[in-house]
Amino acid sequence: MRARTVITVNKPASECYALWRDFERLPEFMYHLESVQTAGGRRSHWRAKAPAGTTVEWDAEITEDEPDRRIAWRSTGGDVENEGSVDFAPVPGGQGTEVAVAVDYTPPGGPLGALVAKLFGEEPLQQLKDDLRRFKQVLETGEVVRSDGSPDGTRTQRQFHQEDAHPQESPSSQEARA
Amino acid sequence: MRATCWAGVNRVEVRDVPDPKILNRRDAIVRVTSTAICGSDLHLYDGYMPTMEKGDILGHEFMGEVVETGPGVDNLAVGDRVVVPFPIACGACVSCQRGLTSLCENTNPNAGMAERLLGFPTAGIFGYSHMTGGFAGGQAEYVRVPFADVGPLKIDSGLPDEQVLFLSDILPTGYMAAEMCDIKRGDIVAVWGAGPVGQFAIASAFLLGAERVIAIDRFPYRLRMAAEQSGAETINYEDTDVSEALKQLTGGRGPDACIDAVGMEAHHGTGPINAYDRVKQAVRMETERPHALRQAITSCRNGGVVSVVGVYGGFVDKFPMGSLMNRGLTVKTGQCHVHRYMRLLLEHIEKRDIDPTFIITHRLGLDDAPTGYETFKNKADECVKVVLSP
Repeated sequence: MRARTVITVNKPASECYALWRDFERLPEFMYHLESVQTAGGRRSHWRAKAPAGTTVEWDAEITEDEPDRRIAWRSTGGDVENEGSVDFAPVPGGQGTEVAVAVDYTPPGGPLGALVAKLFGEEPLQQLKDDLRRFKQVLETGEVVRSDGSPDGTRTQRQFHQEDAHPQESPSSQEARA
Repeated sequence: MRATCWAGVNRVEVRDVPDPKILNRRDAIVRVTSTAICGSDLHLYDGYMPTMEKGDILGHEFMGEVVETGPGVDNLAVGDRVVVPFPIACGACVSCQRGLTSLCENTNPNAGMAERLLGFPTAGIFGYSHMTGGFAGGQAEYVRVPFADVGPLKIDSGLPDEQVLFLSDILPTGYMAAEMCDIKRGDIVAVWGAGPVGQFAIASAFLLGAERVIAIDRFPYRLRMAAEQSGAETINYEDTDVSEALKQLTGGRGPDACIDAVGMEAHHGTGPINAYDRVKQAVRMETERPHALRQAITSCRNGGVVSVVGVYGGFVDKFPMGSLMNRGLTVKTGQCHVHRYMRLLLEHIEKRDIDPTFIITHRLGLDDAPTGYETFKNKADECVKVVLSP
């Protein structure tokens, strides 16, 4: 499975690069991720949410790191073989930065494969686009934008299973109040 | 709290729902003191706007008092009186910085939904379907206002609610309609639809220097209001051939600019074409009944401007592209970028250049919202504008 897409963010390439390079912050805008731990240097450990309360995990290493221009990574072991890259290119006229992302997943065989396919496979392009919309929101506005219909913010599944547009009894996120 | 909820086609109900909460740092909660039913709410009421869900709180024209602010709001305080623009804008994206706040790139959490239907997403809008974000609306006792540090206009003067409420949508929308006409000395502007937006488009066209304005509608009381309040000439399309009448009134040239303040549910004087569009709209083969737009295009002077602020949701049939192209017309359109007009229009109100209260015909309590919708939809009791006080 592969998906690639691009978004324009009204911030300099250095800020876009800095947010992405801080891998531990990726789950802030990549909602299928539960956590990314960096072990210093180029190595990291990723955990993704899977259906039925399970998780899938893998180790990754950075294969290319050009400050303010490009980051590429690939898995080195674990449940899901995958690789990805992000390129940052200034828009002429000081109109921000084009952020182009490519990700490739190779699901494993067996039941875990079906799980991973479900996780990434329903709308992989839409998921990646929504990830980038949230990335843009975090950079331009400071956080992910929420509504009553989409209390978690932009989220692929949520867009097709909306809450009613009235305040919910218990919002799924309370951290805004903190 | 009490809130006006969409309950299906031709049904709204005032229900008890949970109070709104701060969900983002830059939110405020506003206690609504006045709110209005917009003509575009009728597209939701009539069931022609996609992506509505039963239970959604309606309303995008509202004002009130700030009762709570999130930690990221530093320009408003509890107790401030504010009018809230209907598009939600972040103020930081390129669209916002260019003043195109109804095209804000960050405020629609359901951007993917809008992108599928429109090609690109638009800004979030209060109480206006899930395609525009799924935000609860303001026809309620309280409302959550995202990006409260960007949108709400503080009203420090003692102007009553009714003077400033329409800064939230229809006064700026009417003004933008006229501004897009690029009015020059001697220009004649024709306005389809003498509803609230049409009335303000007429007043704004005069404010911006139009020599004459011609209002087109089928309700004599609305045409009378346009004539008496703003000095418009009038055409009732039910008893007059509009294109011919416009030629007669403009020395055969046609109006220099034509404003569509009607949108997707236009009625039409001739039965067969109306029936064609009604059937196609009913079976969802087209989403609009665009008679006013067609007529605005074919009636406009060669080289003129067609300014479209009536709301459309999807696709139109029998679009007169040949007339538009061969006669060198310019179409300008958009959901109003309310933020960029609010201050200017507040000054006009303060200077008494315009008194927006003339359109108000009905004042009701929030619990009477269902009556308000029904009266407004049916143009009963000479209804032009319904204001609700929670």
